[in-house]
Amino acid sequence: MGARTFISGWPVYRQLTGDDPLGRGAAVKSEHSATLQPRVRTASKVVKSVCPYCAVGCGQNVYVEDGPDGERVTQIEGDPDSPVSRGRLCPKGAASLQLTTGSSREYKVRYRRPHGKDWEDLELDTAMDMIADRVIETRRAYWQDEAEGRYVNRTMGFASLGGATLDNEENYLIKKLFTALGAIQIENQARV
Amino acid sequence: MAECHPVGFQWVLEAKARGATVIHVDPRFTRTSALADLHVPIRAGTDIAFLGGLINHVLSTGSYFADYVIAYTNAATIIGEGFSDTEDGDGVFSGLDPESRSYDAGTWQYEGTEVAAASGHRDQQQYKRLGKGSSPGSKSGRGESHGSGGASLQGEPERDETLRHPRCVFQILRRHYARYTPEMVERVCGIPQHLFHQVADALVSSSGRDRTSAFVYAVGWTQHTVGVQYIRSAAILQSLLGNIGRPGGGIMALRGHASIQGSTDIPTLYNLLPGYIPMPHAHEHETLDDFIAADSAAKGYWGDMRAYMVSLMKAWWGAAATAENDYCFDYLPRLTGSHSTYETVMAQQAGECKGYFLMGENPAVGSANAKMQRLGMANLDWLVVRDFSLIESATWWKDGPEVESKQMRTKDIGTEVFFLPAAAHTEKDGSFTNTQRMLQFHHQAVEPQGDARSDLWFMYHLGRLVRERLAASTDPRDRPILDLTWDYPTKGPIAEPDAEAVLAEINGWDAHGQPLASYEQLNEDGSTACGCWIYCGVYADGVNQAARRKPAGEQNWVANEWGWAWPANRRLLYNRASADPDGKPWSERKALVWWDEEKALWTGHDIPDFTASKSPHYRPPKGATRGEALSGVDPFVMQADGKAWLFVPSGLTDGPLPAHYEPQDSPFRNLLYAQQRNPVRQVFPHPANRYHPTPGERGADVFPYVLSTYRLTEHHTAGGMTRWVPYLAELQPEMFCEVSPELAAERGLEHGGWVTVVTARNAIEARVMVTERMKPLVVDGRVTHQVGLPYHWGRNGYSRGDAANELSSMALDPNIHIQEVKALTCDVRPGRRPRGKARDRLVRRYQRRARIGTSTGTEM
Repeated sequence: MGARTFISGWPVYRQLTGDDPLGRGAAVKSEHSATLQPRVRTASKVVKSVCPYCAVGCGQNVYVEDGPDGERVTQIEGDPDSPVSRGRLCPKGAASLQLTTGSSREYKVRYRRPHGKDWEDLELDTAMDMIADRVIETRRAYWQDEAEGRYVNRTMGFASLGGATLDNEENYLIKKLFTALGAIQIENQARV
Repeated sequence: MAECHPVGFQWVLEAKARGATVIHVDPRFTRTSALADLHVPIRAGTDIAFLGGLINHVLSTGSYFADYVIAYTNAATIIGEGFSDTEDGDGVFSGLDPESRSYDAGTWQYEGTEVAAASGHRDQQQYKRLGKGSSPGSKSGRGESHGSGGASLQGEPERDETLRHPRCVFQILRRHYARYTPEMVERVCGIPQHLFHQVADALVSSSGRDRTSAFVYAVGWTQHTVGVQYIRSAAILQSLLGNIGRPGGGIMALRGHASIQGSTDIPTLYNLLPGYIPMPHAHEHETLDDFIAADSAAKGYWGDMRAYMVSLMKAWWGAAATAENDYCFDYLPRLTGSHSTYETVMAQQAGECKGYFLMGENPAVGSANAKMQRLGMANLDWLVVRDFSLIESATWWKDGPEVESKQMRTKDIGTEVFFLPAAAHTEKDGSFTNTQRMLQFHHQAVEPQGDARSDLWFMYHLGRLVRERLAASTDPRDRPILDLTWDYPTKGPIAEPDAEAVLAEINGWDAHGQPLASYEQLNEDGSTACGCWIYCGVYADGVNQAARRKPAGEQNWVANEWGWAWPANRRLLYNRASADPDGKPWSERKALVWWDEEKALWTGHDIPDFTASKSPHYRPPKGATRGEALSGVDPFVMQADGKAWLFVPSGLTDGPLPAHYEPQDSPFRNLLYAQQRNPVRQVFPHPANRYHPTPGERGADVFPYVLSTYRLTEHHTAGGMTRWVPYLAELQPEMFCEVSPELAAERGLEHGGWVTVVTARNAIEARVMVTERMKPLVVDGRVTHQVGLPYHWGRNGYSRGDAANELSSMALDPNIHIQEVKALTCDVRPGRRPRGKARDRLVRRYQRRARIGTSTGTEM
């Protein structure tokens, strides 16, 4: 590196001689910052989505990168096309990358047996079988053909309380299946 | 709005930049107040008095939009002679039965007819008419069990368009609201008269032919023992001002969850079927015809309820649903009263409800009286929790407050707990319905890892497993589950059900399996299937309309090519009201839809929420029913009379008009009436759910401060989606309590120090935030302090603290069974709360001091 290049590499030199006297643009760029690329540049695809927090319904662009371990989400940004949000996200929406990919998410089924002191491991398939058995048993044990002399055709044995960040399609299956099972205590956050 | 819906708030600021006046009414000064033209601090729990003052102002100064009011509301309709108002009953309406603590709505009816409500408690009156007797369960508050004799449905309501008849709605309103004076508003709400007049003047001058005003509320408005009547008050005011169905007008509910509108439309709610069809109640020998007759309306679009209902049952039970078996109507379970989540908590404690699914919900933090929630869960056989992280509702059996205080021991708790990790929105396909009824589809970006699965996966496979187990059953009780259409295609490595296939079923199809385009195509003969009639059209032409994303810049300001809104992609409900009775816009600057005389069609910027070819001059022939019975000047097409209801003759359980009642826990007597509280509110006497004394009783001053709960920008409801997110946990790291400098001085609280907040239910601790944002108010001549508590916290996650809902009680609105958590009373004391058993001892000491017993605060 010659002396001239060395000197011209100093931001203060470039600031004094170039067209960026306040040092807020080109003058202060290092080689590192000049070659930085936005995380979204390397995405293999951009998936259209919607913020999962409140009911404003801000548009999201979900950036996915294909790597050796398969696809992963690398960034979530506001969708500028959305007539609702015009590309903006609030602190929660902007943190949805951490919500979806953060280390505090659980990925294993946990099981606590009656009177148990701690969690145990359980296979997902086993858990599903056990839950299906519980539903059938409880439904039968607490079945009512009639209540106060009137036809009711129901079970009061189990209840469901859902969040309201579930998809419409999910709610539809909850209502359809539980109603067909005769359960009526099916509720969600909208009541709360 | 700036705090909890900041991105939506950008449009308020756009309006402000164009000259709009922004008024913020809130007990606290928030980021919204900072950007508003006017902040109006109000005592929590007194909004009906405040709004009533505005209604009185509009009526007494003649500031209502007369042409709109006469043509489009029921102001001119005459009410039957039997009705008596709160004016005559010192705070109660005619029809109150003190024994059952419920109203008989019979005297609230229109003269000469009976109308069915478009929502709410719909078969209130109609059952009597059918001679089917009553239904059990007076606690449900359903008027049907004590309805009056039935007038004919065929009658036409009598109207007096001069608005002079003493029993017309307009005159009833005048008398009802006369006592809601600015002086009374000041005494009840703590709002000085000059401030009240500023609001009234701004509202009136920005309403009318050329201008509109909008009301925006967060759903805290619903969280009162009079929640529905809060919204009703706004509806009356906005209808009088002509601000409904017009651009820039309306009453906007800012809902707090991505698809909370969707979870009401496709309800996981006990009292509803998809599209607001009521769940059937238990009656003797009820047929589908009886059900339809009781719940549908002769006029308006609810007149087609049979088509919606039959199509729903065809979607659920397919070929098994036939005309001969009433389309499987008997497969539906029946209600016998209220079965809301709070009744479920009581049933769990009584040992009547033994299994519980929690899917993305954290009642141990988010529901009123968190202890009651945990006591219920501790009495279950099994509990399934599906969430991202180990929320408090999953771990209470080992580390909940009752375990900490030794009220419960882990080894004594028999509840079997399954925790199943949930998939995120980026890991599944599906649609959310936002707060403006707009469905937006989100697409799967990646596969969920490990055991994480969508709720769609969970429900589909649970149903599959149950059906496999019951496949050989001959028990008729199992037919509904075996006949269920449950053959959704699955895809990918984890056999994820195809969400679009479910959406296609919600949309519905005709006899040939072709997707339907509109609910007007639904038939009552079983030839169409449709999972939710108001969503019919979301999959028109086999295209996922909710996934449409034409950029905002490439379409008009209504932007109806982005997503899809129900009904029929109309963006503004009842927008026929944006035009005058002749079909012309009320003014050019407020034009939205209008009648094109030449083409003989409704047209405009939005899709008209009206039959496109129905002329404004159409008048129904005698004996017309359903949609045909609505005239060309009936914009409110879901209402049986096509009018906006200033007075509600049917559908509400606590009165046809809003009346101010004090909250369940209040430091003040009701200054407006002798009746202190909503006489038909729901209360649940229980040792862990004690109420505070009525003001004036001995011990009432033990809880002198008003308490309100709220949300922060950086957290979401019960925290399940934010307290585990490091950025957000860092932004709002712990539970705090907002108090004014005056209250801090009165109780010796130090900024940054600790405070213990106590109610008859529990005691919690929080960091003290002394701030002038909390202004003491002068209520009825007395300085009143309000305490603010965000309710996001629990003991798990990165950001921790006591849950505000330890303090709240289960006291509910009787219409919708929502808890009162926005207006409570409390005491505050410096320092941390006691640990272990001492915490309970402190609460019991307060109960003794306040002389609280089993019946305290439960009187009518």
